[in-house]
Amino acid sequence: MQALQQIKSSFVPLPIENVDTDQIIPARFLKATTRDGFGKNLFRDWRYEQDDESKPKADFVLNQRVFSGDILVAGKNFGCGSSREHAAWALLDYGFKAVVSSFFADIFKNNALNNGVLPVIVSDDFLQQIFALGASDTLSIDVAAQTITIDASGAQASFELNPYKKTCLLNGYDDIDFLISRKATIEKFELEKG
Amino acid sequence: MKQTLFDKIWDAHVVEKIQDGPSVLYIDKHFIHEVTSPQAFKGIENRGLSLFRPKQTIATADHNVPTLNQHLPIKDLLSKMQVDQLIENCEKHGVELYGLGHPYQGIVHVIGPELGITQPGMTIVCGDSHTSTHGAFGTIAFGIGTSEVEMVFASQCVLQTKPKTMRINIDGVLPNGVVSKDIILYIIAKISASGATGYFVEYAGSTIRSLSMEARMTICNMSIEMGARGGMIAPDEITFEYIKGRTYAPKGADWDQKLANWKKLYSDDDAVFDVEINIDAAEITPMITYGTNPGLGMSIDASIPLIESKQNEGEKKNLANALTYMGLTSGTALLGMPIQHVFIGSCTNSRIEDLRLVAELVKGRKKHESVKVMIVPGSQQVAKQVHAEGLDRIFAEAGFQIRQAGCSACLGMNEDKIPAGEYCISTSNRNFEGRQGAGARTLLASPLTAAAAAITGVVTDVRDLINHN
Repeated sequence: MQALQQIKSSFVPLPIENVDTDQIIPARFLKATTRDGFGKNLFRDWRYEQDDESKPKADFVLNQRVFSGDILVAGKNFGCGSSREHAAWALLDYGFKAVVSSFFADIFKNNALNNGVLPVIVSDDFLQQIFALGASDTLSIDVAAQTITIDASGAQASFELNPYKKTCLLNGYDDIDFLISRKATIEKFELEKG
Repeated sequence: MKQTLFDKIWDAHVVEKIQDGPSVLYIDKHFIHEVTSPQAFKGIENRGLSLFRPKQTIATADHNVPTLNQHLPIKDLLSKMQVDQLIENCEKHGVELYGLGHPYQGIVHVIGPELGITQPGMTIVCGDSHTSTHGAFGTIAFGIGTSEVEMVFASQCVLQTKPKTMRINIDGVLPNGVVSKDIILYIIAKISASGATGYFVEYAGSTIRSLSMEARMTICNMSIEMGARGGMIAPDEITFEYIKGRTYAPKGADWDQKLANWKKLYSDDDAVFDVEINIDAAEITPMITYGTNPGLGMSIDASIPLIESKQNEGEKKNLANALTYMGLTSGTALLGMPIQHVFIGSCTNSRIEDLRLVAELVKGRKKHESVKVMIVPGSQQVAKQVHAEGLDRIFAEAGFQIRQAGCSACLGMNEDKIPAGEYCISTSNRNFEGRQGAGARTLLASPLTAAAAAITGVVTDVRDLINHN
């Protein structure tokens, strides 16, 4: 996993609530056996008419050149539904390093963190402030300080991040390495449990 | 100290608590399937590891498999590759596989309980959000991502932060025509698609106690649709009776010992939950969804809410978008609206009791000529039972198509898809945009309500059919 410390970038606004993982990556693209290449199918059915890449839907934000950046900003309850980690892989492969919302679904939040994509939880009010910004405005996210700042106004909010997960993100550590390092303890637990 | 059922099982599985971090949670049973496991197998291979406890993982092929001609090679090459990869991975790593052609094959959340693998007090995970189904047996069961599948492969543990607890008490007698699917659709409509996010839910009360195991599974299955980490029900005599004698159920002295432990699995009288919700069963009616998340549901005889009735701009926009996708108008009723498809299947409602309910209603009747009806049993064993009980003849006479076990049109990964713009009354769990095929319009309902629509060709209040019988 890539370490993530700071992001300063413009953002892509997606002011829709309850974005489910079937929208982020439709089921028909889950037939792959690797983690790569999901970015081109990110939000596939919101991006293209009739599944045809030559027919981008002009009103969908990923097709509007004016919006770009490493940060996706979305309405509340982002990532609900299926546990497919392919949703996190698609966001990462497309180039997003963080998703900002006022509320995330639990499984998605874990999947994102396990892939170095930072879920940033802000208040509804702060989220609306971001949605009101222009396309050239930038946001700054500081993982160590757990803050997100609207660069133009200086408005800042802090966000929650579990200290363990923070260490993982800052250093690019993953949970699997950690768990492998605990094998002796796990074996002892198994013996005691019987 | 007074403990909830959740606390008792959780505490018994915490290997260690990381300071200021999650807990290392030991996993008793791990189910895998072809779609969310290949990258995890690759992951441990890249680390030069083998599976830590391969005997605690059980595999099946369900998401991607065809539901016709399962004896022939899979036509879709990508699906075939994924299913073949599962076979290869299971062989290489010593994992028991109930693949295509095996008498135990089926939807992962149907076969686990049916084989007696799912037992009270266990922790169970699977790379599938509907793993919450197994909670019906008094287990902590939840869906995980592929990185977490890899964690279980490598260490038989996952890292989890302890969720908050919620208890939903449902008391009283269910009205005629109302079944467990209606209970859970009612709850989700009441608290919304995110109303239980961050919580682990225990379902309790006299109504729940009166339900069969299969009915309980339907409720726990859809816990994730209100955002819950999982759902659970304390085991009781109905649970023990269901498990006893199943293929992998404990036998002899082992049974006696396990049973004694299972009987301790309940929330103590004064256990405190972070949230409690009380529901009167008499209020529940046959339910149907009209929107693009399972929280957008209503009584079958109600009208779709007015957009103006929603409190904030976000909700207004949400509802407006959903209705545009669904081709429906706020303020109108759904009763009498023509539908083109009925899908009876999925990990929510594809068990033998579901199919018996359907058969009882359609016996001696025919489907409406304009409707295509697909019945997809949840497992090979369910399909066998359908045949043994002669339900297949009832379905065939009614003009229903019976297919073979798999996830099928619940998520449209195989060729079982609903065409764009057409309506499907589905016993599955999600009505998301494109879930059953690009542009497909899903109305979630109970097997009874689905069967009623199959006969009439329109959205129908099943109580009318039952009362006229």
